[in-house]
Amino acid sequence: MMSVITEIPTSAPPIAALQPERRSRLYWILMDALVIAKRNLQHIPRIPAQLLDVTIQPIIFVLLFRFVFGGAISTGGTSYVNFLMPGIFVQTLVFGGINTGVGLAEDLQRGLIDRFRSLPMARSAVLAGRTIADLVQSVLGITVMLTVGLLVGFRPQGNVLGWCAALALVLLCGFTFSWVGAMMGLLAPNAESVQAIGFMAIFPLTFASSAFVPTTTMPGWLRAFTDHQPVTAIVNATRALLLGQPVGTSGWQALAWCVGILAVFAPLSVSLYRRRTTR
Amino acid sequence: MAHQRSAILVEGLEKRFGTNEALRGLDLVVEEGTVLGLLGPNGAGKTTAVRILATLLKPDAGRAEVAGFDVVTQADALRSHIGLTGQYAAVDEYLTGRENLEMVGRLYHLPKRQARQRADELLARFDLADAANRIAKTYSGGMRRRLDLAASLILAPPVLFLDEPTTGLDPRSRMAMWDVIGELVAGGTTLLLTTQYMEEADQLAHRIAVIDHGRVIAEGTSDELKARIGGERLAITVARGSDLDTARRALAPYGDGEMYVDAARRTILVPVANGARLLADVVRDLDAADVHLDDFGLRRPTLDDVFLTLTGHMTTDDEIDRSSRKQEAA
Ligand SMILES: Nc1ncnc2c1ncn2[C@@H]1O[C@H](COP(=O)(O)OP(=O)(O)O)[C@@H](O)[C@H]1O
Ligand SMILES: [Mg+2]
Repeated sequence: MMSVITEIPTSAPPIAALQPERRSRLYWILMDALVIAKRNLQHIPRIPAQLLDVTIQPIIFVLLFRFVFGGAISTGGTSYVNFLMPGIFVQTLVFGGINTGVGLAEDLQRGLIDRFRSLPMARSAVLAGRTIADLVQSVLGITVMLTVGLLVGFRPQGNVLGWCAALALVLLCGFTFSWVGAMMGLLAPNAESVQAIGFMAIFPLTFASSAFVPTTTMPGWLRAFTDHQPVTAIVNATRALLLGQPVGTSGWQALAWCVGILAVFAPLSVSLYRRRTTR
Repeated sequence: MAHQRSAILVEGLEKRFGTNEALRGLDLVVEEGTVLGLLGPNGAGKTTAVRILATLLKPDAGRAEVAGFDVVTQADALRSHIGLTGQYAAVDEYLTGRENLEMVGRLYHLPKRQARQRADELLARFDLADAANRIAKTYSGGMRRRLDLAASLILAPPVLFLDEPTTGLDPRSRMAMWDVIGELVAGGTTLLLTTQYMEEADQLAHRIAVIDHGRVIAEGTSDELKARIGGERLAITVARGSDLDTARRALAPYGDGEMYVDAARRTILVPVANGARLLADVVRDLDAADVHLDDFGLRRPTLDDVFLTLTGHMTTDDEIDRSSRKQEAA
């Protein structure tokens, strides 16, 4: 007995013990999230579906709406491509939330989550890291869309300050819906159902909004929904900022929606994650 | 530390999943620098025990201390002192071997440079240097297990949990894994290793705890257990069931312990001492008694044999199967 142990060559020295760095809790909450975010971003070029999400898909969307529907939809004094681009930015980011949920559900199904949970890392990092990575991924997608948009006639109006405000709002929107997706990912039994439930929830939210057509053409009962839901507020504010139009109350409404949704879904998701992982 | 010499101390651990009692009062002690083999069939509660000790799961009752930390109340502090390699390799398929280890190093809160150095050191150590820049999806099962093990060794923790480290590996990868584990032990790591293979526990562990239905049913060194369950056994399978009685009588003089007859499989197991020397005599005696054999050989004790001796039943998960086998065997 014990033959393997006694046969070990004495040449291999033991692995030296290392001490972890000591820093504040807050430092690790941030750093651990960034380490996970990096890991998720490293996935993008290696997983074809993710790569398509930030390249081909936004291009197809812009071209499709610009040339297929563009001629048939009347948007008053604004050209359709100018009307469309702000809507498509927001739409893409809202749908991006589903990716967060799917990715998280996949993580939870894999053994890797056990590795993370056995490490002395911040508990929020797996969620926060993923939403940060998705935000970066969104910026990539927006850049592609913007480039294509400019090529097919998109001409932002107003000033740089407004455009920056629009970008900030759009990113906040993406981050917000990323946490909505995270919660779906935590509640759903698997990645496939996140996809299904996410589409069912997000489709009406983005299409029954002011993203692609002016809501004034919709019947009254539908407008009761479209004019009072977050995507419309966010799209209207973004559009006004990008086209140099008066923002009105839509700016505050958009901000309030994002902050409100975030304030509910982020802490709820983190607590769900803890509970789900301490079974 | 509260307990100077026991690296792992488990008292009356219980865990239920719904109505399923996975652990029913588990007690274990592992001395510092030693290896405990937790040996048991599928569903015995090995993984549940390891997950509780590695802070992934909370027990319903009982308590456990690892490296002097309580696994429930001091879970956060404990995590820097343990390494876990689960039953299924917990590696990121889309990161390279090096990226995987660097990431885990960073999450153990090592500075960037140290995390990278340790990654390289472990990749070389575990024979993964050539594959360091390939994504783990392209790794073989054995390579993934080694990468997973490397990840749990980033800090060189004093206590390591390995949950069925060689299940599903081909014999060569299994041997390689055994070598690696042996090195760790030689370096002084305390190890709790679960396995379904008697041979593995025999090879790697100083002490073995046999676990069934969430409880330890026998504990001791390999030699002590063997003294209880016997060493080698002669296994014969007769061609005709009607020959079983004749065969049993022919074998009786050679037995060195209780004989076990499995009528359904037409098999007789006889513990023997000096089995190899007896073989020729046994064959001659059986031949003289006109018993025709389907199979004949010497066997080292398997998990089945351990269970048979300790509990009187084979290693099966469900009770129905278990009781029906008992009846058939009777
Ligand atoms: N998460 C879980 N939910 C429900 N039952 C579980 C869960 N994990 C384990 N079990 C049950 O607990 C028992 C012990 O399982 P486990 O610890 O995995 O055994 P082993 O690792 O020895 O095969 C089994 O009956 C198994 O079905
Ligand atoms: Mg198991």
